[in-house]
Amino acid sequence: MSSTTTAAPAPPAGPPTPPRRSLRDLLSALPWIGPSLALIVLIVLFPAGYMVFSSTRDISQSGVDRGSAGFQNYLDVLAMPALPRVLANTAVWVVAVVALTVVLSLVLSNFLNKQFPGRQIVRLAVIVPWAASVVMTTTVVYYGLQPNYGIINQLLADVGILDSPDFGFTKNATSAFVVAIVVAVFVSLPFTTYTLLAGLQSIPADVVEAARMDGASHRQVYFSIVLPQLKPALAVAAIINIINVFNSLPILRLMTGSIPGYDADTTTTLIFKLIQSDRAVDQASALSVVNFVIVIAVIALYMRIVKPMKGVDE
Amino acid sequence: MSNDVLTREPDVRPAAPLRKASRYATGGPGAGGSVAGRVVAGVLVVLLFLLPYGIMLFGSLKSRAEILRIPPTYFPEQWHLDNYVTMWSTPETPLPQNLVSTIVISVAATVLVLVVALPAAYFTARFRFPGRMAFLFLVLVTQMLQPAVLVAGLFRQFLAFGIVDTWVAMILVNAAFNLAFAVWIMHSFFASVPKEIDEAAQIDGAGRWATLFRINLPLVWPGIVTAIIFTFVAAWNEFAASLVILSTAGNQPLSVALTKFVGQYDSAWQYVFGVSIVAVVPVIILFAIIEKRLVGGLTAGSIK
Repeated sequence: MSSTTTAAPAPPAGPPTPPRRSLRDLLSALPWIGPSLALIVLIVLFPAGYMVFSSTRDISQSGVDRGSAGFQNYLDVLAMPALPRVLANTAVWVVAVVALTVVLSLVLSNFLNKQFPGRQIVRLAVIVPWAASVVMTTTVVYYGLQPNYGIINQLLADVGILDSPDFGFTKNATSAFVVAIVVAVFVSLPFTTYTLLAGLQSIPADVVEAARMDGASHRQVYFSIVLPQLKPALAVAAIINIINVFNSLPILRLMTGSIPGYDADTTTTLIFKLIQSDRAVDQASALSVVNFVIVIAVIALYMRIVKPMKGVDE
Repeated sequence: MSNDVLTREPDVRPAAPLRKASRYATGGPGAGGSVAGRVVAGVLVVLLFLLPYGIMLFGSLKSRAEILRIPPTYFPEQWHLDNYVTMWSTPETPLPQNLVSTIVISVAATVLVLVVALPAAYFTARFRFPGRMAFLFLVLVTQMLQPAVLVAGLFRQFLAFGIVDTWVAMILVNAAFNLAFAVWIMHSFFASVPKEIDEAAQIDGAGRWATLFRINLPLVWPGIVTAIIFTFVAAWNEFAASLVILSTAGNQPLSVALTKFVGQYDSAWQYVFGVSIVAVVPVIILFAIIEKRLVGGLTAGSIK
């Protein structure tokens, strides 16, 4: 348990290190970062590469590789009659969920940043959907929205929003999709609210006080001082949400999975249907590669806008 | 952090963003509504956020007949605590095995993450070496990836390795995709411990590993706890990869097994909710413990 080599301690950034020394530094780092690196390479990078490879192969339903398929899998995916609807659904899904989540989280975080008795309890309640399994939260809402015996249906009828509790929210693609959006917003609120709350608390009080002294209204202070300072937090929240929502499977699968056809599918749920129902891993891989490229593009955007690496001292 | 051996609290900026200091608008009454109004709004928020879990709890205590009754009852007429006993032996899914599966996968993934991430977080916070920034960049990219986007590749790869439909596969997946959060949050904690402490320890003859375990660990303990809990909860709730990779009923975790109770024509909702309560309550408590630090590792250094 003792060190055998001496890598340069971080603070004094001396003259550029000669190559032999830097190779030795790298080797001395390996026992420390090697296991992490191995795990990432083996379970993240390699499957990504293997997925790209699989997308160009002709794979039988039982998983046997029958040789190269060129770009045929991509062409097959593009030729799917359901694809335009699925792409439109994906866009609506991501935009609606992320926009609603961000707007509601702005309101909620502003509220949770004010002082009132019991605030800590409210903050803890807001965290619950984050900790709870999305599958379980979705399942309970799915049950609640069943016609006649569903409790949420009954509640909506009792307060007069529904005429009768026999409405089948999850029985047709459109209403099921809308309900899925509501659930997705619900489970995305905690993380987003907490991120914005952290952003709010990093805004110095004196700036706000000075504006108040100058006669700015609460509304003016919020929109011209607080909101601009929240930008980094907003960017983080929005981009992480975009990726999470884009990749989200359980909500749509549970809410709309029993509806035949692809009218309520996004590209992500379609991938799972291709793997599980159609056993078309090759086409699923092709669609996954497209999804993967989109995710990488969003990550690149994240790196450019948010610059998360700036928190690391070089 | 009360038993701080050095009486100096590490300034964990990104990890503990909810400090109380003099910050914007924890403002007094008047800043947007009365205190009473806020309390009322607070109660409404609590009710809304807990509503699904209330339905879950009360539903888990109803009889099969009552939970399908038209019109439904809001609260159980008879409290069927026995649901929590009978749910373990149902034809839909081998629930005890599913619970064991969930526990084994989550615990093993958490241990693996800790063993692998801790040295990396410490070393990258303390020392510079060629490739350090590249490594941290790679970690950050993985943080943004999820099993769902790679599931087709993971499935093919595990098939080729012969470990499809095994715990090992899911332990690796959960560990790999939660590694980034753990590295980042522990990195930020280690970075906040003054380097002079390490240097002093090494002058006294401590090796690097000894410095890490005896000097640094007690100081960064909150960061480690956060990493442990976050990883454990994420693995506990994982669904997408398990769904594709684990096909044997007994291997599947609770999140996947639950869906078996929901049939096309007949659903055992009271069991769905009983299992959900058993699965959800412990992790909510765990998340509540690290509430103040949850944001830190996910947003890295990007929110000051």
